[in-house]
Amino acid sequence: MSEEKILRILVAKAGLDGHDRGAKIIARALRDAGFEVIYTGLHQTPEMIAEAAVQEDVDAVGLSILSGAHMTLFPAILDALKERGADDVAVFGGGIVPEDDMSGLTKVGVKKVFTPGASTQEIVDWIWANVEPRSSL
Amino acid sequence: MNKQTWLNEKYPQQEERSQRFSTISDMEIEPVYTPDDINGSNLEGIGYPGEYPYTRGVYPSMYRGRYWTMRQFAGFGTPEDTNKRFKLLLSEGQTGLSTAFDMPVLMGYDADHPRSLGEVGREGVSVSTIKDMERLFQDIPLDKVSTSMTVNCTASILLAMYVAVADKQGIPRNQISGTIQNDMLKEYIAQKEWICPPEPAVRIVTDMIEFCAKEVPRWHAVSISGYHIREAGSTAVQELAFTLADGIGYVQAGIERGLDVDEFAPRLSFFFDIHNDFFEEIAKLRAARRMWATIMKERFGAKNPRSMLLRTHCQTAGVSLTAQQPVNNVVRVAIQALAGVLGGTQSLHTNSMDETLALPTEESVTVALRTQQIIAEESGVTNFVDPLGGSWAIEALTDRMEKEAFAYIDRIDELGGIIRAINIGFPQKEIADAAYRYQQQLDAREKMIVGVNSHAVEEERPMEILKIDPEVERSQIAQVTQAKQERDKAAAEEQLGRVHAAARNGQNLMPVLIDAVKAHCTVGEISDVYREVFGVYQDPAWL
Repeated sequence: MSEEKILRILVAKAGLDGHDRGAKIIARALRDAGFEVIYTGLHQTPEMIAEAAVQEDVDAVGLSILSGAHMTLFPAILDALKERGADDVAVFGGGIVPEDDMSGLTKVGVKKVFTPGASTQEIVDWIWANVEPRSSL
Repeated sequence: MNKQTWLNEKYPQQEERSQRFSTISDMEIEPVYTPDDINGSNLEGIGYPGEYPYTRGVYPSMYRGRYWTMRQFAGFGTPEDTNKRFKLLLSEGQTGLSTAFDMPVLMGYDADHPRSLGEVGREGVSVSTIKDMERLFQDIPLDKVSTSMTVNCTASILLAMYVAVADKQGIPRNQISGTIQNDMLKEYIAQKEWICPPEPAVRIVTDMIEFCAKEVPRWHAVSISGYHIREAGSTAVQELAFTLADGIGYVQAGIERGLDVDEFAPRLSFFFDIHNDFFEEIAKLRAARRMWATIMKERFGAKNPRSMLLRTHCQTAGVSLTAQQPVNNVVRVAIQALAGVLGGTQSLHTNSMDETLALPTEESVTVALRTQQIIAEESGVTNFVDPLGGSWAIEALTDRMEKEAFAYIDRIDELGGIIRAINIGFPQKEIADAAYRYQQQLDAREKMIVGVNSHAVEEERPMEILKIDPEVERSQIAQVTQAKQERDKAAAEEQLGRVHAAARNGQNLMPVLIDAVKAHCTVGEISDVYREVFGVYQDPAWL
């Protein structure tokens, strides 16, 4: 692999639903692509996710949401990261997010929302191109 | 000429378009099937419709007698919103109700709990108290419709509410009919909505099986579900195997409770996914019936033929729908629905074209229902009973799926049963591996999805989608707050204490729960009792 950088990614599953097929596939695919991957498991609150992101010192959080609560949960996670001084962690995601909600999410600071049908390679490529290691403190 | 000669001499004369032919579950398919492929024409194992081992259907006349139940799953927003959708579906000719609850209900939280924020009424209807349940079934005669409720870890509470509403309407308990999903084992395997660990969860399920067998005889206390297993990414064989293994788990639990197998087994029902691969799905349903009949007769010694019948609901595969070119989903659903019918289902939900984007609109739900009606009334397939029976390909596929699924069941038995297998993550891991393999096949374009990795186009027409008004959350929070204020506080507390005691001392929870919901104890409060007494299950987060 030509990339020199080492990236740590937290794959997170927020909300009350148990749809973890996508999150697990992405976590494995990212791991196979050479990232360091941590998977939170299901039913995480925004605070739990932000806490894990800080503790694990990750460079990006990939959020999977299929419960329809994306407009509540994405901003809550961004806020929780900010509160912990980690607003430079890149937040991206995927799930069932209607077109109309995309721009709203981008506006609050979500870097990218993948729609159903995105290939794992697309996600891998996007991360290499758009995520940088956070400067160590 | 025999098959081998034909394969060696004739078949290679023309080139194949692919190096490998396999089902969506990656089961390899031979160029041709002959009588040699079905165990020397094993007619006994195929049999007749309505006769053991029921490969060809659970009833002799099948759809020549009556069509399957057309049962569209519905639920969103407030109880009033869903009540209105129910009435629309009934007026459009639907023959049974099927209720989707929102995530807070499915995980045991009231609308006003902080964890419910943003989720109230989103994926289903919001219900916290018996008052919500009464509004949900307002003006629907509970003795005239059969109602299905898709809920699992809080199923005991929701069934208690349904029975309580019937009691209040003066309808005898033996007159209400329906199904509650209540399949906790598949929650740990696939759908992953839970409160407590598997052992107490199965105890609650067994309480419900026992209660229904005695008090609500027309109710199906468990719908043993492969749907979620498949949607989580399993193969068809894994779906078949893990579903029947769960069924074995419940039957075992009922027998250990001291029930006679023939007392409760006739009311066990099933729920399968119908995916894209047409013949594989038909074979799966045929194999499922034969396997269950064999298991009930030989493993559990059932005497009543009704204990041996695998009666099933089917739903077309949500996971097969694409956000791209969504109108194409109408065609996928039609093909899947036809497979469900040719496979001999008792009831069917057809997905709507817009379900990868949001909950379906009225228009798209109507098209989905019409799809079933066209199959039933126009296609002519309903004049036949098991028309594919005797097809060498279908019979060979049926035999093979049965064999491979039994191998999984043997493996689970060796591990010490389904709960042990779940606790060590065996089915979960098998499913995650299969899901990952399929994704890799899609990425490599070894498997195709039209509009996604094949025939994709740049521009898409935006679709009209259903939006849930944020007001729903506010009004449901107000409703539960008000219900808590207005109730007799001491009575509610006393009832919660009784639930606590029953949970601890092992007496059947159902009668106590019915009293508790009548005293306006909420879904969240009763779930809190479960959390306290039984503990909370944590996602093992295996990758």
